[in-house]
Amino acid sequence: MAGKKEVDQFSGVETTGHEWDGIKELNNPLPRWWLWTMYATIIWSFGYWVVMPAWPLISDYTRGVIGYSQRAELADTMAKVGQDRAARAGSLVDASLEDIEKDPDMQGFAMAAGQAAFGDNCAPCHGSGAQGGKGYPNLSDDDWLWGGSLEDIHTTILFGIRGDHSDTRYSQMPAFLKDEILTAEQVDEVVEYVLSISGQDHDQAKTANGAQIFAENCTVCHAEDGKGDRVQGAPNLTDAVWLYGGDRASIRQTVAESRFGIMPAWTARLDPVTIKSLAVYVHSLGGGE
Amino acid sequence: MKHEIFEKNSILLVIGILVVVSIGGIIEIAPLFYLENTIEKVQGMRPYTPLELAGRNIYVREGCYNCHSQMVRPLRDEVERYGHYSLAAESMYDHPFQWGSKRTGPDLARVGGKYSDEWHRAHMVDPRSVVPESIMPGYPFLAKTALNYQKIAEDLQANRSLGVPYSDEDVAGAVADIETQVNPDSDNVDAFLARYPKAQVRDFDGNPQMISELDALIAYMQMLGTLVDFDLYQADAFYR
Repeated sequence: MAGKKEVDQFSGVETTGHEWDGIKELNNPLPRWWLWTMYATIIWSFGYWVVMPAWPLISDYTRGVIGYSQRAELADTMAKVGQDRAARAGSLVDASLEDIEKDPDMQGFAMAAGQAAFGDNCAPCHGSGAQGGKGYPNLSDDDWLWGGSLEDIHTTILFGIRGDHSDTRYSQMPAFLKDEILTAEQVDEVVEYVLSISGQDHDQAKTANGAQIFAENCTVCHAEDGKGDRVQGAPNLTDAVWLYGGDRASIRQTVAESRFGIMPAWTARLDPVTIKSLAVYVHSLGGGE
Repeated sequence: MKHEIFEKNSILLVIGILVVVSIGGIIEIAPLFYLENTIEKVQGMRPYTPLELAGRNIYVREGCYNCHSQMVRPLRDEVERYGHYSLAAESMYDHPFQWGSKRTGPDLARVGGKYSDEWHRAHMVDPRSVVPESIMPGYPFLAKTALNYQKIAEDLQANRSLGVPYSDEDVAGAVADIETQVNPDSDNVDAFLARYPKAQVRDFDGNPQMISELDALIAYMQMLGTLVDFDLYQADAFYR
């Protein structure tokens, strides 16, 4: 580049000295505001290095004078949330159903928290309206396998059913055909008997034998009248509510191969306030006892 | 400034660009490899079992990462929905990692143990059978497709060359380990669990006749986020 600057005669601005086919480039200075903004960001960065975590060192990094940490900030936030909730929720964790019903504030809190947690954690199996589905009980009716009191529901949520928690609710129905406890013919007969006690069309000729087989194999859990036993999570077979279907083929499959529905324990995953809130929410859905 | 030499010499310009860009890269990336506190010290992390690794390969093959991330960020809404935020240590054996922010579906970093195997089976065959509002496609073929695991030892070997601490025994026994993990009655379960603590041993797909791709995928899903013992984790030592 030549040492001498040429000044454009029309604009009075220096040129860069570049020339293409007789066209020359003006050397306009950078806009003042732009330049000062850039200088300001550079100055800002020096301050930022001092205040915030910035530079890697040999075995650590510069922490910055305010010691900012996203994880610490989260811990603070969650601690505050916990305090707020403790204030709002009161003694929700230890409260009985009566206490909660008497305290509209506490009840409102539990319902709101329970509904949110239900959507995140329970809806994938039990449905967003708690209506359930095949293999996943409806929680909005008054038919309960393991009990529908607030405490029963709370225990179920805490420890699950047939899960891997040591306090889980556990029972197992034998696979009567698969494990060769009954013959195929006997299974057919007991299925006809179950159809008869649940008020469905059945083959009268088989029910007498079926009743005998039922008495010998099924009453320990499902009780003599077939109305089930909540201690063992054994369903009532005389009503119209069926977890795996109440038609002949479904009942036959249940008797022949058994069922083994699993609900995980939530005690390690959710905090006690959330679990109690869930219990209150589920209890309120229509069938709470 | 003698700028002209760069402007008139493209090779020099390219070299100059590389030098400038790599300074930024080295300062930002290199410390992550040598700083002690990059990866948290935790109890419980172990390499994937061969079956989990096979499931992870299916996860990657089917592009699950296009909709599901595996990274719970340290933000209140994420922690309340998914659980403890993800640690670097939890993905230290991941090649490739599954971090991300693309969440057409929920984050899966802590999905292990959240649902039953039966739920996963129904959900993989037809997601809308259990979650009516789901937009996930079904993967019914997984349950019908036998898992091709004869060469799984090579996958372990490949991971080992990237720094995953598989032992010679792990690599040599990889095929047998897959068969052990789906068969709780096997005599090798104890030896298997000694090498892979907290591994879950059962027939994941509900079909004992066949080791299917669904077995592998559910085994992988059910272990996600379950390894680190957070009771022993010193959170405040790793605030950053």
